[in-house]
Amino acid sequence: MSCNDCNKVGDPRYDELKLYIDSLRDKPHFESYLIAVLHRAQELFGYLSEETMNYVSCDMNIPTAQIWGVATFYHFFNLTKQGKHTVSVCMGTACYVKGAADVLETLKKELGVEIGETSDDGIFTLGEARCVGACGLAPVMMIDDEIYGDLTADKVISIIKKYREEAKGAA
Amino acid sequence: MKANEITIYINNKQYKVQKGQTVMQAADSLGYHIPRLCYHPKLSIEGACRVCIVEVEGAKSFVASCAAPVVDGMRIHTNTKAIRQARRDIVELILDNHPQDCHTCERDGNCELQRLSASMGISKRFFEGERKHYEEDHSSKSVVRNPNKCILCGRCVRMCSQIQKVTNLGLAGRGFETVVMPAFEQGMEDSVCVNCGQCINICPTAAFLEQGHSEAVFDILSDDSVVKVVNVAPSVRAAIGESFGLEAGTNCEGQIFASLRKLGFDYVFDTNFTADLTIMEEAAELVERITTGGVLPMITSCSPGWVKCLEQFHPDMVAHLSTCKSPMSMAGAIIKTYFAGKIGVDPKHIVNVGVMPCTAKKYEAARPEMNTDGNISTDYSLTTRELAWMIKSAGIDFVNIKPEEPDNPIGLSTGAGVIFGATGGVMEAAIRTAYYMITGKEMGEVKVEAVRGFEGIKEATLDINDMEIRVAVAHGLGNAAKLMSIVKKHPERYHFIEIMACPGGCIGGGGQPYPMTNSIPLDEKSLAKRASALYNSDDANELRRSHENPFIKTLYDEFLGEPLSEKSHRLLHTHYQRREPNGIIPKEIEPLSA
Repeated sequence: MSCNDCNKVGDPRYDELKLYIDSLRDKPHFESYLIAVLHRAQELFGYLSEETMNYVSCDMNIPTAQIWGVATFYHFFNLTKQGKHTVSVCMGTACYVKGAADVLETLKKELGVEIGETSDDGIFTLGEARCVGACGLAPVMMIDDEIYGDLTADKVISIIKKYREEAKGAA
Repeated sequence: MKANEITIYINNKQYKVQKGQTVMQAADSLGYHIPRLCYHPKLSIEGACRVCIVEVEGAKSFVASCAAPVVDGMRIHTNTKAIRQARRDIVELILDNHPQDCHTCERDGNCELQRLSASMGISKRFFEGERKHYEEDHSSKSVVRNPNKCILCGRCVRMCSQIQKVTNLGLAGRGFETVVMPAFEQGMEDSVCVNCGQCINICPTAAFLEQGHSEAVFDILSDDSVVKVVNVAPSVRAAIGESFGLEAGTNCEGQIFASLRKLGFDYVFDTNFTADLTIMEEAAELVERITTGGVLPMITSCSPGWVKCLEQFHPDMVAHLSTCKSPMSMAGAIIKTYFAGKIGVDPKHIVNVGVMPCTAKKYEAARPEMNTDGNISTDYSLTTRELAWMIKSAGIDFVNIKPEEPDNPIGLSTGAGVIFGATGGVMEAAIRTAYYMITGKEMGEVKVEAVRGFEGIKEATLDINDMEIRVAVAHGLGNAAKLMSIVKKHPERYHFIEIMACPGGCIGGGGQPYPMTNSIPLDEKSLAKRASALYNSDDANELRRSHENPFIKTLYDEFLGEPLSEKSHRLLHTHYQRREPNGIIPKEIEPLSA
């Protein structure tokens, strides 16, 4: 894509992003608002796609190599499309001792993804967490803000099934 | 005490120095060379490597001398036991995750990291760290990226963004996983890389290298079924000597031709001849554009890095590019038609090799627009560095070899052809011939001093037949970007513009020899010496103007007809295209701050 396409994207989220960028344009060191702009973009799109980064590059006149540097430096930025739910397996010491690795393996198999990836149905993104402060329930995983403890392989599968059915029911 | 003068102490000796310098600059001027790695005088201060630390009395930790300003009364120590140990540890930590495969590395013997390690006295290792395991990027026709050899000094990133204003390279990721790469981890081929190769020149290790063709050329040289032809670009002769320990600016023309014959080439030609030919066509094109209301300013197209830069960053300016092919591609076109006819060989059985100061020439050679009647014009393009290696590898005594002349009809050249290698040279050569084409008379003074030298942008106004011709010259793509923004604001200001992608022009090309131990990449003193080799060759030549070259006259009489003839257009001219590489295309590239 090139600059000439900037205004042709036809997605209202880009209009909103443009409004935000325009509101910063007169500030001193406009380019230093890149991180704020990328945050806004991630809020709007859920992640930073190449298309979005190209858009920001053209509109802010910052080379993509620099945007890519910022986007890959901060863990907060997602570079791939995120699922509806984020599943984080606690890999802290207590959970690890109690079998977090098996929980993770089960999830990888059940969802068909590696860490950081999103399942084909777009429902789950798999991640790792450090200690979530629920060591008494080890091993635990979080789905969004909900904690599930005392996990076994069967329990993990049934929890995932529940979310999957809910998501499909809603759709 | 003079104003702005302060007193500092280095290693307990008192000195008076100018205020406003860094500790490193002051030390340099006093004969103390503090070791350094990420520092480069032409680039911003990074302070990343910490190799240049010194001890400053009263400071709570060691100070990076590249970034710290001198202060009155400062007591600096550059060589204490503690600082030597700390520096040594820093370099060893850099070596820690380095492949340490020096004996199979292309930069063995001319690697800055290797030299630094030796000067630190690292003869025994205390640490072993985790190594990097990244895939090498061989996608580009010109530049190979090998992150495993990278020590993250960031010089290439700053070169690419600050001097060249291409900003293809960035530091991605963080911590141990930081990698220098183009945006989106795309291959160099798909990126906005213009193939200039300055990342190779500035890299202290082998994290960037040219896409090598020397082994393929060795294979061709032992193939008796083909005719092996080579042509050598102007600036190669001014620089190759440095690879053999000769002083920068030693003209090694005769040694190159002799070595190429010894390597096994059947015909050894000089790209200077086709530089003369380029001038015939380009000057004629300029005169035609001026007299018939064509697109102006006309911009030179000999520098393939610049051509790609314009195609992708200034796609609206494509019509301004001269349609002339570069001297290398003109050489290919003439070799595979006129010369093939002369020796009665099917062009399919001729292999033409260009020896170029340039990595982007590899990309140019592969551009289908450069083909001649369906045949590739330049089969292989070697850099100066690659040829130097081939000569060494074949055991040819380059320094002591008896100089030889190139073969005709693509050998004899004028002084106008040889100066192509320095910034402003194409302009000067074109002016000499355009003057003649417009007035029918020769210029009184052939030298056009205003377009010589290393000023970023040079301008001149010429009076030709009461016509005011305004010209400009830029070298380095950062200066080119600046000039383009002037042209976009003032489209009437210039008639003719010369742009070379590399700082200094081809003499500073991305394929030129690595700097010698006592100098740094892009050192202007070395570039000036290389340039003077070309200007001296011009001065020494009885023929100063391209149109005086008798073999050029014969070529037109026997084959092409006249400049811009139908045949010239078919063989010597081409077209360029708008490009939309995946990645940035900022609306305008900000001018360099003055």
